[in-house]
Amino acid sequence: MRAFVVAVFAFLYLPIALVVLFSFNAGHHASEFTGFSVQWYGKALSNPFLVEALKNSLFIATTSALLAAFCGTAAALGLQRVGARTRALFDALLGAAIVVPGVVIGISTLVALVQLFAVVNPFLASLWPTDQPPRLSLGYGSIIAAHGLFSMALVTMIVGTRLSSLDRNLVEASSDLYATPLTTFRSIVLPQIMPAVIAGFLLAFTFSFDDFIIAFFVAGAQTTLPIYVFASIRRGVTPEINAIATIVLAASVLLVLLAQWQLGRRKPSP
Amino acid sequence: MALSMRGSLFRKNLVTALLLAPAALWLVVFLVLPFVAIAIFSVGERAPEGGYQAALTFAQYANLPARATAFWNTMVLAPAGALACLLVAYPVAYYLALRAPQRWRLILLAMIVIPFWTSLLMRTYAWMYILGGRGIPALLAYVGIEDLRLINTPGAVLLGIVYGYLPLMILPIYVSLERLDRRLLEASADLGATPLSTFLGVTLRLSLPGVTTGFSLVMILLLGEYLIPTLLGGGKVFFIGNALVDLFLQSRNWPFGSAIAITLVLVSVVVLIVANRISTRLSGARRVDLI
Repeated sequence: MRAFVVAVFAFLYLPIALVVLFSFNAGHHASEFTGFSVQWYGKALSNPFLVEALKNSLFIATTSALLAAFCGTAAALGLQRVGARTRALFDALLGAAIVVPGVVIGISTLVALVQLFAVVNPFLASLWPTDQPPRLSLGYGSIIAAHGLFSMALVTMIVGTRLSSLDRNLVEASSDLYATPLTTFRSIVLPQIMPAVIAGFLLAFTFSFDDFIIAFFVAGAQTTLPIYVFASIRRGVTPEINAIATIVLAASVLLVLLAQWQLGRRKPSP
Repeated sequence: MALSMRGSLFRKNLVTALLLAPAALWLVVFLVLPFVAIAIFSVGERAPEGGYQAALTFAQYANLPARATAFWNTMVLAPAGALACLLVAYPVAYYLALRAPQRWRLILLAMIVIPFWTSLLMRTYAWMYILGGRGIPALLAYVGIEDLRLINTPGAVLLGIVYGYLPLMILPIYVSLERLDRRLLEASADLGATPLSTFLGVTLRLSLPGVTTGFSLVMILLLGEYLIPTLLGGGKVFFIGNALVDLFLQSRNWPFGSAIAITLVLVSVVVLIVANRISTRLSGARRVDLI
């Protein structure tokens, strides 16, 4: 059995290792490693389209993860204070946001937003005093909102789990000692849930940064890094893509490790 | 006194409402409304220049057989992929939960979680690279095996599926095995059961909720999969996801695409309900921590 487990881990990690290895290949071909070189990283980072896509992805991931961390944490706190029915409704919707395949989320958001813009834009134009009214269109906003849906549900779930394992006695003791609810929140609850909030933020960032399929539908004229990479893969595999893939993989691994470390903090050891 | 109590109750409700409002708004605008929108589109008609024209017809649904190949591929490869994942995942989860040395357990678990959170696009690309012309086929050509095509086959898609979704299958099974009461195993052995019948009667049985959760999660995500069949299946093995991308981004037949999307969601709901039934019948915890 141990041999099988070792084989599975090799299966999980060898392909990634190969991509990383060949991103440092001096030669062009995948079948032979002709020497160590970082030229493909240079090539990738001097490609203006790629840098633009990377910047877009960083902006979108940061914004949607921040929004998700705030709204998700607030929702997790709010759900502690409502009845079973409201809670069940929220849980069902949040579960749906996580489980519904990305392709359906992408499509339905596209359809709804296009219809919404078709109504709102003429309305805005009729109100606007000058000839150039603002036009709502697909772009940063729609990607951020669609990514934020999944991320917010994720943050609510992670923070909610931490809240339900919170020591109630501390909260009661605090209010028995005449602390205001706000003081209790700041000095008792917040420090205990903070690692979960940070972990949720990091995972939300990772999700948004890595997502291809939702952004593919709602990006409009914008390009994110996964969309750019997907388009170049379809044109043909080049060592440049290995370099980008290595950067993205390294960033994801780092963020997930950080998130796990945050979640591990202050958790009573089993 | 009564007045101040009512005031504080009001304030408490107000705070609760304010805490929940952003999330509720988000869920309504970007989950419920879009779903209603595609439901309405799916009973509409295609406008002559593409897009949508209001109507109340089930023509789009009647037209579903036009994409029968995509449905067929998905309905065969999604359960097959989930089953293949399960067969690989179970021994790994079993080892991690019951056999691995304590100090290794968390590290190994982290090594399962990390691929789950790294880009599926990049991980699928890695296999495209390996199975593609300059990868394994080029290596095999050295030893005299020529003209072997690995990429753009159903086998490549299945491999990609196992690779992509293995972590998601391992985690829930691990959780259910880890919570298993070890004393039951000892009791079973003390009562003279063979290791095999202990495994079948106790371990496997008690881990079935985890198996059901993992299987249904993987299955549902596979129903909407697009990247793996596109990159590893070429134009030859296409899923419902590929049909949806085509209908929404290329041929712009939104009503028909919406009907397919609604059908996809309904199939997912059926999978979830069946899984839920099985899970509750088997009882036990169903909560999965994705990290």
